[in-house]
Amino acid sequence: MKPSSDARPDIQSLISREQVEKVLSEAMSRGGDFADVFVQRRNSRSIPLEERKIRSAEVRISQGVGIRVLSGEKTGYAYSDSLDPKSLMEAAKVAARIADGPDVDVPVRVASSAAPDYSPTLTPAQSRPVKEMTALVKRACKAAYDYDPHVKQVSVSWVDIDEDVIVANSDGLWIADHETLLRIYVQSMATKGAISQMGSFGGGGRMGIEFFDTLSPEDIAKESARMAVIQLDAVPAPAGMMPVVIKNGWGGVLFHESVGHGLEADFIRKQTSLFAGRMGEKVASDLCTVVDDATIPNCRGSYNIDDEGTPGQRKVLIEKGVLKGFLTDRLNGGLLGMPLTGNGRRQNYHDYPIPRMSNFFVAAGESDPEEIIKSVDYGVYAGYFSGGQVDITNGNFTFSVTEGYLIEKGKLTAPIRGATLIGNGPDVMQKIVMVGTDLELDKGIGTCGKDGQGVPTGVGMPTVKIAEMTVGGTGG
Amino acid sequence: MDYKELAAGVVKSAMKAGAEEAEVYVQSGDDFNVTVRMGEVETLAQASAKGLGLRVFVDKRMAFASATDFATQALDDMVKTTVQLAKSASRDKHNGLPDCVQSAVPELDLFDARIADLPADQKIEMAKEAEKASFDYDKRITNSEGAAYGSSSGTRVIANSNGIMYSNSGTDCSIYSAPIAEQDGQMQVGSYYSWRRFMDELESPSAVGTEAARRTIAKLGGKKVKTQKAPIVFDWSVGALLWDSVFGALDGDGVHRGMSFLKKKLGKQIASPLVTLIDDPLMPRGLGSMPFDGEGVLTRTKMVVEDGVLKMYFYDARTGRKYGEQPSGNARRGFSGLPSVSPTNFYLKPTEKTPQDIISGIKNGFFVTDTMGRGINTVTGDFSVGASGMWIKDGELAFPVQEVTIAGNMLDMMMNVEAIANDAKFMSSVVSPTFMISEMTVSGK
Repeated sequence: MKPSSDARPDIQSLISREQVEKVLSEAMSRGGDFADVFVQRRNSRSIPLEERKIRSAEVRISQGVGIRVLSGEKTGYAYSDSLDPKSLMEAAKVAARIADGPDVDVPVRVASSAAPDYSPTLTPAQSRPVKEMTALVKRACKAAYDYDPHVKQVSVSWVDIDEDVIVANSDGLWIADHETLLRIYVQSMATKGAISQMGSFGGGGRMGIEFFDTLSPEDIAKESARMAVIQLDAVPAPAGMMPVVIKNGWGGVLFHESVGHGLEADFIRKQTSLFAGRMGEKVASDLCTVVDDATIPNCRGSYNIDDEGTPGQRKVLIEKGVLKGFLTDRLNGGLLGMPLTGNGRRQNYHDYPIPRMSNFFVAAGESDPEEIIKSVDYGVYAGYFSGGQVDITNGNFTFSVTEGYLIEKGKLTAPIRGATLIGNGPDVMQKIVMVGTDLELDKGIGTCGKDGQGVPTGVGMPTVKIAEMTVGGTGG
Repeated sequence: MDYKELAAGVVKSAMKAGAEEAEVYVQSGDDFNVTVRMGEVETLAQASAKGLGLRVFVDKRMAFASATDFATQALDDMVKTTVQLAKSASRDKHNGLPDCVQSAVPELDLFDARIADLPADQKIEMAKEAEKASFDYDKRITNSEGAAYGSSSGTRVIANSNGIMYSNSGTDCSIYSAPIAEQDGQMQVGSYYSWRRFMDELESPSAVGTEAARRTIAKLGGKKVKTQKAPIVFDWSVGALLWDSVFGALDGDGVHRGMSFLKKKLGKQIASPLVTLIDDPLMPRGLGSMPFDGEGVLTRTKMVVEDGVLKMYFYDARTGRKYGEQPSGNARRGFSGLPSVSPTNFYLKPTEKTPQDIISGIKNGFFVTDTMGRGINTVTGDFSVGASGMWIKDGELAFPVQEVTIAGNMLDMMMNVEAIANDAKFMSSVVSPTFMISEMTVSGK
């Protein structure tokens, strides 16, 4: 059972099946191969806090319908934020034009399928009054200030989302789903003399306020404040090639960027990914197994169905260094003759779906994380990252390290500031020389951007040692 | 539907529901986008969209709501919810609408009627031409991420309970190409675009495609260089990264809260005397131009840094009131977001020099044409990004460089600006000509 608040009307009351069947027929009327309709209603609430004040209380409601027609490799797309029959038929006509054929009559009948429920939610945030959320936000703020007298500025953001979708298509699918998502994020600034440093940390997932049973607002705030305070004594990061140890958890974002995107089927079909045509080949060190899993309960990157109505799945993409699979959507999977993996996602009804990751992680290995650090004579330990980017065609990527340390003679020593890591995905995958036992998923804050569309994603990894990477700092 | 009337009506009903001040922002418009790949249409997307944002103040507490459904019942519900919601926010005596009265709005020539009239076939043809020009440039261009033509037209309306009612319309259009070059098993993608408000100012599809291919071919065979300190030349296409970050550090609220490396710098030399930065929202046909901002404040042209001296910080209505300053007229927004201080047409003033003049004076340096990632911290001023481009040897572009980083502190970088060129292109809201910084750390081998 998917719990829902009483105030939430059934999305299936917004639009009838007969209506959608007519729209699909219209969409197919110029000879398209396939058409689908994506109905979405999203209700989100935000509560920003700055300078110990709840800056505003915000609610955003969007609803609309996206209509897509596929014809060979071509996509026609139109959307409407009105659900009235006339607007929908007009949008269907626009999308239909991608196929250039003579008018044909394609009757469509849809039948209901049931979506899985990977993320049962006990107490949806939107079933509770805003006051309870502002109380959580204020608790986080207080804990960050209380952590250390050097903490001088704290900001907290809260977002909770309640979303209903229907996906229907010309193959006869009709599937409805409901998901929740919450995220709290705390930024702290610590100041000592002329030096100021930022720290940030957050958490959330596809769950209700029971999220805070395992990680309290105070826990999150303290971690954010800790990072800011520790950076006050940071020294400029070194510059040059050296061994790099990446902390478990959020560090998985590095592999999301440098490897994960290259496994998305649109880049494979267009042969713009360097993994194209390499199925079954060795692409990484034996120690390397990577997985994309949309079914992990309550994770930020999980989903019951993707935005084409395909149930979320778990896929091993690289196994012991050998390439095993790609992430597909309907268009690219179809053209490549590959099975649907449930990775067709979109930001909202304004966008057509494209292949995207869900929760993407490096599987656990056999090394003791402490031994990994001990094995490095001089190098960098990278704890948290931001600002990553990758060039799919050659695998080059960069990341800024937001919390990092020097490793000297097997021990973490000075915190470092201003470090950027730059490398080449496949090259780094070959240079993974130790993989820890301590696989951890991130706490649920990531949003991945591609083609201008942002979608919530999860990342994870155990502690990993890379034999050699370029660190871009200003120090010696 | 008359959106002015709708906006005024929602303001009125918010006041009736108990708001002390209310503001409504409505956006509506049409989008068209076509992408082609390998000579064939790949996607064709077209839609009309609209949305409304409502901001209310009750007892100096602020609430915000946005909606895409304009049905009377939905908007009535939204008004009631929003007024109730304000009780959950904190009281802040500086909250409230800007203290402005309705005035005449300047005409900035932002709307090109031709854009809506252009038949879809011609738009598709332009995207195809751009991609073809990329392939024709060099036989090492073997693949393509695609080429695109996109355009949009939109109208925004702002109405508030102080009697403000403004509206303006604008268009934009763009052509883009992203070819892929291959050599010795290595692939490189590069891209180029032209983006304007008016069709007749857009670069031709073939010029866009050719330039995209030239930039892509130039990347082939890139290698790492040794870690060293060297002069850096930022190509105009990447230079805005620095000025965009500088703009972020000039938000008055962040500055007063100590969260900017440019705090306590007003009236001081923060850059080389060559550096003059201007924010000009009144530039006719400017992509970032706007006659009034997202809070209904009329905009004005501002000298931000003059001959290296910092002249101002930026404020919106609330932060201006808090720190005793006038709002700068830089509050930008979409219908679903609150206004926030943003650049309009923010640019580094060009000089007479050509980029070639600058490069030919460098013995050993790095001409950066692409950056990657964003290791930029506006609190500390730390700047570190991935970079690729060409190595400069004895005044000539010698060989392509990739997979290195450049790092420095933004204050040092600005003080060390040693030359500025003449090639600014107004194709985004932050614009830079090519410029040179005397020294940064290049990290490679």
